[in-house]
Amino acid sequence: MTVKEIFTSMDYGPAPESAAEALAWLVDMGDRFGHFIDGAFTPPGETFDSRNPATGEVLAQVTQATQADVDAAVAAARRAQPKWQALGGHGRARILYAIARLMQKQSRLFAVLESLDNGKPIRESRDIDVPLAQRHFYYHAGMAQLMEVELPDRQALGVCGQIVPWNFPLLMLAWKIAPALAMGNTVVLKPAEYTSLTALLFADICRQSGVPKGVVNIVTGDGRVGEMIVNAPVDKIAFTGSTAVGRRIREATAGSGKALTLELGGKSPYIVFDDADIDSAVEGLVDAIWFNQGQVCCAGSRLLVQEGIAERFHAKLRARMDGLRIGDPLDKCIDVGAIVDPKQLARITALVDGNKEGEVYRAATPVPQGCFYPPTLITGLSTASPLMQEEIFGPVLVSTTFRTPAEAVEIANNTRYGLAASVWSENINLALDIAPKLAAGVVWVNGTNMFDAAAGFGGVRESGFGREGGWEGLTAYTRPRGAAKALKPVAPFEGNGAPADPLDRTAKLYIGGKQARPDGGYSRPVHGPRGALLGHVSLANRKDVRNAVEAANAARGWGRTTGHLRGQILYYMAENLSARAPEFAARLDAMTGNRKGKAEVEASIRRLFTYAAWADKYDGAVHNVPIRGVALAMHEPVGTVAALCPDEAPLLGFVSVMAPLMAMGNRAVLVASEPFPLAATDLIQVLETSDVPAGVVNILTGSHAELAPTLARHLDIDAVWSFSSTDLSGTIEKAAAGNLKRAWVNHARARDWSGPAGEGRPFLEAATEVKNIWIPYGE
Amino acid sequence: MQTAPDSTASPTAAAAHLPQVHLPRNEGMPLDLDWVAGVQANTSAIERRAATLPGRRSVKKDYQAAWLLKAISCIDLTTLSGDDTPGRVRRLCAKARQPVAPDLLDRLGMPGLTVGAVCVYHEMVPTAVQALEGSGIPVAAVSTGFPAGLSPWPLRLAEIGESVAAGAREIDIVISRRHVLTRNWQALYDEMRQMRAAVGDAHIKAILATGELGSLRDVARASLVCMMAGADFIKTSTGKEAVNATLPVTLTMIRAIRDYHERTGIRVGYKPAGGISKAKDALVYLAMIKDELGDRWLQPDLFRFGASSLLGDIERQLEHHVTGAYSASWRHAMG
Repeated sequence: MTVKEIFTSMDYGPAPESAAEALAWLVDMGDRFGHFIDGAFTPPGETFDSRNPATGEVLAQVTQATQADVDAAVAAARRAQPKWQALGGHGRARILYAIARLMQKQSRLFAVLESLDNGKPIRESRDIDVPLAQRHFYYHAGMAQLMEVELPDRQALGVCGQIVPWNFPLLMLAWKIAPALAMGNTVVLKPAEYTSLTALLFADICRQSGVPKGVVNIVTGDGRVGEMIVNAPVDKIAFTGSTAVGRRIREATAGSGKALTLELGGKSPYIVFDDADIDSAVEGLVDAIWFNQGQVCCAGSRLLVQEGIAERFHAKLRARMDGLRIGDPLDKCIDVGAIVDPKQLARITALVDGNKEGEVYRAATPVPQGCFYPPTLITGLSTASPLMQEEIFGPVLVSTTFRTPAEAVEIANNTRYGLAASVWSENINLALDIAPKLAAGVVWVNGTNMFDAAAGFGGVRESGFGREGGWEGLTAYTRPRGAAKALKPVAPFEGNGAPADPLDRTAKLYIGGKQARPDGGYSRPVHGPRGALLGHVSLANRKDVRNAVEAANAARGWGRTTGHLRGQILYYMAENLSARAPEFAARLDAMTGNRKGKAEVEASIRRLFTYAAWADKYDGAVHNVPIRGVALAMHEPVGTVAALCPDEAPLLGFVSVMAPLMAMGNRAVLVASEPFPLAATDLIQVLETSDVPAGVVNILTGSHAELAPTLARHLDIDAVWSFSSTDLSGTIEKAAAGNLKRAWVNHARARDWSGPAGEGRPFLEAATEVKNIWIPYGE
Repeated sequence: MQTAPDSTASPTAAAAHLPQVHLPRNEGMPLDLDWVAGVQANTSAIERRAATLPGRRSVKKDYQAAWLLKAISCIDLTTLSGDDTPGRVRRLCAKARQPVAPDLLDRLGMPGLTVGAVCVYHEMVPTAVQALEGSGIPVAAVSTGFPAGLSPWPLRLAEIGESVAAGAREIDIVISRRHVLTRNWQALYDEMRQMRAAVGDAHIKAILATGELGSLRDVARASLVCMMAGADFIKTSTGKEAVNATLPVTLTMIRAIRDYHERTGIRVGYKPAGGISKAKDALVYLAMIKDELGDRWLQPDLFRFGASSLLGDIERQLEHHVTGAYSASWRHAMG
């Protein structure tokens, strides 16, 4: 076209970013890559093609790792770890800073390579992925620097196996490697097989930034290599990817003692109230679902619009979609690039074509031949429609309407996932009321897809567990200092002695604020060390679990009470326990045969005070994110938490588990010490006289081994803890894969319940979820 | 496209300046306060859109040259200084007729390109009209007690009539900011309505002085009220406020224009003024107009830049495009 013709048409025309430097780097590296192990690239082995999805061209050959490769990488990481940790926070900070600086110097190379490999528009890799990845290293250089002073009780986990997805190859690498290295861990990371190249460029950067050999190891290959890493002798697995694979990893690592964080799928709601800035909410959707071709775990993929504005909103949205430019990812004037692989394209196509409901609108914009999918909107879907529930992982937005704020929350939470959510309203009361009610780890008010190293990111429900970023993300890469002793099984005493008290007393279960007989109708005798019959205790079965969980879930209101109120109730419990201290002490002495009952009761009263104190003091944070606005890291109750209480400290252990859960607003289903259950059942009367609302604490007695699988598999329990002396850690972790509930288990390690390890922040962290609510402001 | 017409200045010549298709003029509508009250503008979200647009849109090579020429055709070449003289205004008008060196325009295949209009104070209107005679380039006059708009109301109305009588075909009026700041939409509407009546066949651009309105929400509401009252164009600034045209303000105002068009079918024009001095900025503005309002608004009958130094930077970029060598300002005729 001539200038004059363009003057009339006012078309954009091509604006290509050059791929020359990135292609030259590939040539320099021989176009064939081995792994990066122990500070050097290995010779290429059996390789596979790494393709540019936009053109189908082969970019390079990448090696499929063997078991020997993974073993070598893990061994290198293991060797390097002690020295890396001993280098100290400042030493590590210098190296992380060097990585950040070098990434910055090569930022265009990273961006172009990422777009070539992944198909995402150069604007995104250049303006979002790469700067955020650099920011992660800068931020965590600071965390390394501050570790010794700010986290004196924490130490590195050791070797971390990390598996990242193809949608943000470099950014996810940064999210994994930066905190791990900062805290003194070494890593073995596997990029996704579609997108290995920026990880290999990063390896090259590591060589240049003085990262000691073995600290960062990159192995490439498909899911089989991921499996090898999961099964390797590492101390932690961090995975970002699909919920299905996450579930398998949960099962595979169960009982191994490996720490685990999972950042999985989502179907995040994007809620638009009728008082929103509609044009901005429409534009927000471009960043929500057409960012990275919708291949974003936290994509705002489920549009919920208030009914009165739905028609107008959808009309504006369709017009906006028509303006999206789809095509060559390296064109600087492109909004939507290529789908990562033809397989994914086929999957998206099949999902949309399989839908027979609602109205499908495809953007009226030219779509190039090849691995591209047009921006798509499906309106008029019911909540029951599969596309409202299933993650499409493509540029496809589904939409439905709601009538009231309460209904918006109900529909938003009507999902197995819980990663992110957006709320659009110009009414601060409404927005700040809705945000905490959404089942999500991240909520954006009048915005979407905002990320920063300073704010934690991660989900609830089947979107996984753990947070990445911020102070809260460091928990996932550290553990308490010191080694715990082994926990020996505690067996109940047996005997056939006469009852100590001639008046028969059967301890019942405590469910929904009422003492309940066990469903099965069985009890067992509890004997003292010399065989005296101390009483009978109910044997709970799966039906009792069901009832207890229902009662707990009916007591949701507890989570909305004030910390002040919960504190008052915990103080009151301490008061009532104190009034009966001699009785409890005598009971403990009778059950255990030692004379430590008095001390245990005193410690229990003190512990109740501790959590009464914490109830209104475990503050969230306002993260220092680079926007005009705030990111509020709010502590929310986990929900309904089931716990197998310690056997060896029948009262103090029980209180140590119950009190933090109560203080943070959770509902608890607690299984009492198996050998010494009567301290917990005696506590029922204390609960009954202390204004504890029905259902907040439910007490079961019986066999830990029998109850654990039912609790861990229950899909309406949000977390399960085990401090049982029966080692059920593997069973629980495996069964918890069902709804990917958080599991906190002891791996047969003892805890000193009377010491500092028996209380404090680890319990509060386990009893809360961190929800990051981003609130940009400004008029 | 705008080329020098061969007829002399006349109402027909004025029409020739406008694109081929005549749009119906905005006759306005009754003040709809419910609509005004329902208008929302989320500043942070608008700023994000404005901040990311330059990274999303890029025009290169011939496309960039064509877009820059388009920008020139949409410039209201402006001088609004206390020391303006007939000589100064004549020089500006000459530049308006020949904004880019003829050899460059020839090599770009765009001979005869002119700017959109020349914008002056009332006293300079006759000089400008005379200097532009035969060019088809309209003269715009700032009016109604520009820039503060606080002279006596009858005088402000009378000033419009005087400028139209002197040959101005476009009148850039200033609104009473106090009506926006006190949310007296009725008063704003009435004022605008009467000014609209006073321009007759001339076109009226309503200057909101957005830098003095306090919030984007009120910018959006004031935009809407002015359109309801019949403004042909809405314009950001006088150029005399501390903050003049910005991308967030532009986004807010053109979204109001889009809503007005959706509701009434009438296209109202947009003029950012003040602070746009770089060719690169002009491209971003054009991209924003194209993406948010559509191609139809990329014509001088619906879009103008109020600018004085923008042209110089565009000239240098165009010479660079043609020769491949970076240019110098002194190589281009001053205006």
